[in-house]
Amino acid sequence: MKAGTNLEKVLESGKFAVTAEAGPPKGTSPAVMLKKGEALRNCCDAANVTDNQTAIVRMSSLAGSVLLKQQNVDPVMQIVCRDRNRLAIQSDVLGAIALGVGNFLCLSGDHQKFGNHPTAKSVFDIDSIQLIQALKNMRDEKKFICGDDISGEVPMFIGAAANPYADPFEFRVTRLAKKVKAGADFIQTQAVYDVAKFAKWMEMAVARGLDKKTHILAGVIPIRSAGMARYMRDYVSGVSVPDEVVTRMEQAANAKEEGATIAVELIEQVKEIPGVHGVHIMAVGWEDIVSEIAERAGLLPRPIL
Amino acid sequence: MITITEQKPIEEITQSLGKAKKVYLVGCGTCATICYTGGKSEVLDMKEKLEAVGKKVTGWMVVPTACDELTKYALEEQAGEVKKADAILAMTCAFGVQTMAMFADKPVYPALNTLFVGKEEAPGQFIEVCMQCGNCILATTVGICPLVRCAKSLLNGPCGGSVEGKCEVSPDIPCAWQLIYDRLAALGKLDELEEIVPLRDWSTSREGGPRRITIG
Repeated sequence: MKAGTNLEKVLESGKFAVTAEAGPPKGTSPAVMLKKGEALRNCCDAANVTDNQTAIVRMSSLAGSVLLKQQNVDPVMQIVCRDRNRLAIQSDVLGAIALGVGNFLCLSGDHQKFGNHPTAKSVFDIDSIQLIQALKNMRDEKKFICGDDISGEVPMFIGAAANPYADPFEFRVTRLAKKVKAGADFIQTQAVYDVAKFAKWMEMAVARGLDKKTHILAGVIPIRSAGMARYMRDYVSGVSVPDEVVTRMEQAANAKEEGATIAVELIEQVKEIPGVHGVHIMAVGWEDIVSEIAERAGLLPRPIL
Repeated sequence: MITITEQKPIEEITQSLGKAKKVYLVGCGTCATICYTGGKSEVLDMKEKLEAVGKKVTGWMVVPTACDELTKYALEEQAGEVKKADAILAMTCAFGVQTMAMFADKPVYPALNTLFVGKEEAPGQFIEVCMQCGNCILATTVGICPLVRCAKSLLNGPCGGSVEGKCEVSPDIPCAWQLIYDRLAALGKLDELEEIVPLRDWSTSREGGPRRITIG
């Protein structure tokens, strides 16, 4: 075991994993995280805590992760390269480990242009692949990036993201391979709606043997309304929402119900694709639905260990 | 390669001039003339604008190259008109402003924003291709610099925001890594993208503190 987190144990035991997402509040109240922890505790193996997602300032992912941990939810602390340089990132990792966080997800981070501080100076001292490599080196060699020794144990289960829908398509598996080579123990993908394209990407990943070297979790974002479906199709870069999904949402008598049904269907489909070891359900601001989706997709009861 | 400038809003210019009633204008015959921000006609335009808001323009000139030492002598030649002014308004890039500020015995205010050192891509179209980082990586990126042309300065791109050759930040920005990818593909060298580019030494750039060098 690299970190012995619940997520690592589930994945290493060969079980189909479920991760969820718990975005921290735009404020100081721990109650928000506690409520999300409550909603997610018995329907996922770990929950990601976002790091100023879409460049909007929120409670830190470190604090949010610790609050989830206190709720007996295994946190995945997200780290973006946009806001912190190599000193700050390494120091946060040390602090997170000291406070019991074991899963880390390495991301470049959305550009600050998209957030609520578009005039901020970004950092991007290192990129997401270099971050994975740095964390692996911290864990395996007990060394900082500069080569100095780290005192104490450095248990970490290291994750990364992948987007099969970005361009150039042929490069997407190469990028995945680079992340695996850098040290990604698990991968959470961008939301899957176009299953055929995802399946093709997985086929290429499996052909390179990447499913044996890392655990790939397919991303699922439940859609709450027809408006959200249209917005994601038209404005969210790197997400591919087929017109068919938008039409289903538009024609549904109960949009939320339909959104949950689509999510369940997607999970059932990706579950059958060789090499997929789990799903990552990102119900942003709609954490209550995760339990229902997991139940209907036959992923409960949890915890499974 | 030229220094790209754009004119500041007139409100900002008059605000920085503040109480200075009498102003001497200096344009630049090199980059700012090419950018239509500090050539003769822009200087004359500015003269009108300033007079319209009650300023008096004591005189003006367009020096050949504002950042050059010779600007000092040009100012001396025009000493009479310069002397009458409360301030100099520099319709030059920041190099010109700083050159004049060294020699002038009165405040020198910028009328332009200095944007970047640009390469002409098509007539009148300039793009930023180099950030003067002090540690050139073009050998490994087939002559396209991701540090300045990728919105996140990624060394291991393209990221998940690259769609149809465009950067997620704006449909007007080509994805630098898609450009690199295409050039590598054309050269039959796509396998180079399999290698992880290690993190970077930024100490040669501005991050290492203000830079200065003595040549020769």
